[in-house]
Amino acid sequence: MNERIIGQVKRVSGPVIEAMGITDARMLELVSVGESRLTGEVIKLSGSGAVIQVYEETTGVAPYDNIYGTGLPLSLELGPGLLGTIYDGIQRPLTQLRELSGRFIERGVSAEALDRKKAWGFVPALAAGVDVAAGAVIGTVQETSRIEHRICVPPDVSGRLVSISPAGEYRVDETIAVVETSGGKRELSLMQRWPIRTPRPVAQRKPLNIPLITGQRVIDTLFPLAKGGTVAIPGGFGTGKTMTQHAIAKWCDADIIVYIGCGERGNEMTDVLTEFPKLVDPRTGKSLMERTILIANTSNMPVSAREASIYTGVTLAEYYRDQGYHVAVMADSTSRWAEALRELSGRMEEMPAEEGFPAYLPTRIAEFYERAGYVETLSGADGSVTIIGAVSPPGGDFSEPVTQHTKRFVRCFWGLDRQLANARHYPAISWLDSYSEYLDDVTPWWDERVGPEWATERKDMMELLQKEVRLLQVVKLVGPDALPDSQRFVIEVCTMFKNAFLQQSAFDDIDRYSTVEKQLRMLSIIMAYWRRGQAAIKRGVTLVKIRRVKAVQEIVKMKFTVPNESPEEFDRILARMERGIDQLEAIYA
Amino acid sequence: MLDEARRKLMSGREYVGASKIDGPLVFVRKTHPVGYRELVECVDSDGKVRLGMVLDTSDEVVVVQVFEGTNGLTMPGTRTRFRGKPLTVGVSDKMLGRVFDGLGRPIDGGPSPLADAEPDINGRPINPTAREYPRDFIQTGISVIDGMNTLIRGQKLPIFSGNGLPHNELAAQIARQAKLRGGATDFAVVFAAMGVKHDVARFFTKSFEETGTLDNVALFLSLADAPSIERIITPRTALTLAEHLAYDRGLHVLVVMTDMSNYCESLREISTLRGEIPSRKGYPGYLYSDLAELYERSGMIKGVKGSITQLPILTMPNDDISHPIPDLSGYITEGQIVFEREMSGRGIYPPVAGLPSLSRLMKDGIGEGMTRDDHPHLASQLFAAYSYVKDVRNLASVIGEEELTPLDHQYLEFGEFFERRFVNQRKDEDRTIEQTLDLGWEALQLLPAEELHRVTEEELNVHYHGDGQP
Repeated sequence: MNERIIGQVKRVSGPVIEAMGITDARMLELVSVGESRLTGEVIKLSGSGAVIQVYEETTGVAPYDNIYGTGLPLSLELGPGLLGTIYDGIQRPLTQLRELSGRFIERGVSAEALDRKKAWGFVPALAAGVDVAAGAVIGTVQETSRIEHRICVPPDVSGRLVSISPAGEYRVDETIAVVETSGGKRELSLMQRWPIRTPRPVAQRKPLNIPLITGQRVIDTLFPLAKGGTVAIPGGFGTGKTMTQHAIAKWCDADIIVYIGCGERGNEMTDVLTEFPKLVDPRTGKSLMERTILIANTSNMPVSAREASIYTGVTLAEYYRDQGYHVAVMADSTSRWAEALRELSGRMEEMPAEEGFPAYLPTRIAEFYERAGYVETLSGADGSVTIIGAVSPPGGDFSEPVTQHTKRFVRCFWGLDRQLANARHYPAISWLDSYSEYLDDVTPWWDERVGPEWATERKDMMELLQKEVRLLQVVKLVGPDALPDSQRFVIEVCTMFKNAFLQQSAFDDIDRYSTVEKQLRMLSIIMAYWRRGQAAIKRGVTLVKIRRVKAVQEIVKMKFTVPNESPEEFDRILARMERGIDQLEAIYA
Repeated sequence: MLDEARRKLMSGREYVGASKIDGPLVFVRKTHPVGYRELVECVDSDGKVRLGMVLDTSDEVVVVQVFEGTNGLTMPGTRTRFRGKPLTVGVSDKMLGRVFDGLGRPIDGGPSPLADAEPDINGRPINPTAREYPRDFIQTGISVIDGMNTLIRGQKLPIFSGNGLPHNELAAQIARQAKLRGGATDFAVVFAAMGVKHDVARFFTKSFEETGTLDNVALFLSLADAPSIERIITPRTALTLAEHLAYDRGLHVLVVMTDMSNYCESLREISTLRGEIPSRKGYPGYLYSDLAELYERSGMIKGVKGSITQLPILTMPNDDISHPIPDLSGYITEGQIVFEREMSGRGIYPPVAGLPSLSRLMKDGIGEGMTRDDHPHLASQLFAAYSYVKDVRNLASVIGEEELTPLDHQYLEFGEFFERRFVNQRKDEDRTIEQTLDLGWEALQLLPAEELHRVTEEELNVHYHGDGQP
């Protein structure tokens, strides 16, 4: 990089620096400040002045310190070696930083995002002499045992492939191919760079009609998310945002997970780091860490890097999408990112809009969520980026600006409920506030792959839950005894549905992940109980008797007792329940 | 351009006169280039040195916040020296058993201890890859904490209290009784008081004295009559010592910080004076990041013996848990112990609200080999049952207790037992985890077995002996 002095520091106040004597700085140029070379980015230019946001602690920076420009925007290194790595908000590898500066993160340390010493086994897919378009796959590298890393021509390069290296071991910065473009020869290596604030181009966007299966029953069955979709998870503290994000990161059927810990707790990242390598993916039998990239910008790390971490994460996701993979991005939490925007905006003395947030907040939120999608990549493959953003509304009040603006740009909403969390009903996703606009889009998939009864059973259950709300209001006024058995049975079935189906333990080996088949069987059994019980009550059987049927207890505990692999167990439970009610009916008839 | 050596040279320079003094802020013009967050010495006309820190620096004016207040400073008579280094504090294990002011200077009449190190009080973020995930159970001897909201070594677990509630008593009891299973270890308590009254400070000192633990305690007192600005530094000084004791000396440190609300108030004061754009209730937009800088200085580090466990205390203004201070704290800390005025009014100590209290690290620190195999399910069952009790009580207040079903009556009885016998305990009562768990099962005997969905058959067979009849 050819470094040049672009100006001097004029004023320092927190992470924002005013500069003077600016000669040829560019907007969004990456700069380093002072002799300790703190990384920063130019965010405003006016006359001979500029505003720079610095990604590190600015203690000790003084007026007249030099500012060095790199001539490049803040970019990521993209290539084999990303998976299984933990980065900070501006893609510094934390494991390497620890080797350099010990247990604390010192200022001004830098390390290459991709290991320059490691050699990767490259297998070319093309021969020299062919024409390659942007995004074409020129070869592959087995990055982890489950992910084949496809080396693509960068989106801004196309032309004739002049030469390509034979199969062998190469380091990420070695030239492996040369392309003759209209603007001259371009050397390609296993690695490419891409600026974090620019979305990577795609051939076209496609409709979203494949669900992202998470193994979490309340999500997959009640409020499904589509691959390439966007969802917000708002909830006050302690309602389980992070637990829900972790559960999805562990069990969802995406190929790659990018987990962004944005302004959250240090121990949570450590938890992921210690737990994920030990967990095994139910679909491939491989370690979950082999498909995961972590971005950690904990709450005590510099606030401007927190602002960048979201873009870093989604750019990494797009890079794997372009190789034809389905990627899920967990952003925990987007509120901290919005607050970072607010803090930086305040330091720049911009005019605030709602609650001190800058007026451009909705635009930024929209830009971020629009980077999700199910696409045809430049090379013609299918890939997707799904964004799952946690929102931390102050005081748990969903009417605040970040939640409200996020709701405008996502199509799926999993509202976490304080009452449920207090009762330790996890995941505390409220069945009354939440919605999914992907429901109709993914119904054909369930029809074909799982069972045609899914849509109707789901609809009936949702109706029951709505009916229960009205009944509970009556109960609150006059007590449960005032209701007839047929109505009390509605409450009974809903309670069963909540305990036996919606609640899911993240710590139980059997319960933590349910296949779609198991989900549908469980739903059907509960609905069968509803239909049979309702009929029996009409024939005069009392609710107390129905409750005592032994199979009812089995239904309540089936989530723990029936593993994913033995669905035939459900037939037995169903048969026992029907027999129990048959007997009751025989007595009362 | 200034290099390090030049800057050191400049640190000897003294500027006479200030251009403006506003609250705790002093504005100095025409200085050499001064670094952000540099340590400042302000000398008043009597020759007394006051410490401060650079809040904002530019080629025209430097803004200094003076920790000891600006009382008696004059515009022409104030001399300012910029030290060219950040604010540091001398730390050593000799500081245990001593009392200091908010800036780490002894106020117990003794000499300054010889410092082993002089770290920057602001600390640095711990690399997440260097952290050890906390999972060692700390037995506090308090049932509602051990059984339902377990404290883990390396955790930050605040007490959300209100004025007039016994949070000081509970913090002192935890500090006295906290122990790891399997014997005594090297422990120390670092106590930071921000804007609390003299008698509160005395209560803690007395409580440590009585149990003979005072030699393991370092107290940092910035009391209600000290300049409010000093409170911004007090927790940082205390945590800097805690980090030294834990990570350099291998001690297990419990940090008690009280009252975080006063700390936040001081932060708001400075922010308002600087004319910053406020967010909620006038608190600065960076309140979250600032609190995180304190709370995140806890935990365990790989390959290091010591640990820092934080027990911050904050009084919720008007008992409102959605107030920015408890709200933002709750988003950073690993759970919270919430006090309820109504329980305190009924004479229950500790008045811990069962449902909103939470320990996030509990899941990995309890169960077989750590506490007892039935602990996770038992705690979950107690939570579920107690939550239903709340519903039943609400119902009873509308339709009257007589109208309740027999099952609901059983729940009411359970709730009463749970609060009076399980939660309630004496201020010197130290229960083992076994006693706590057995008491939990005793409460569950009051409910029929088919109501207990969250425990397994085997656990019921071993621990449940109720007949389940009303």
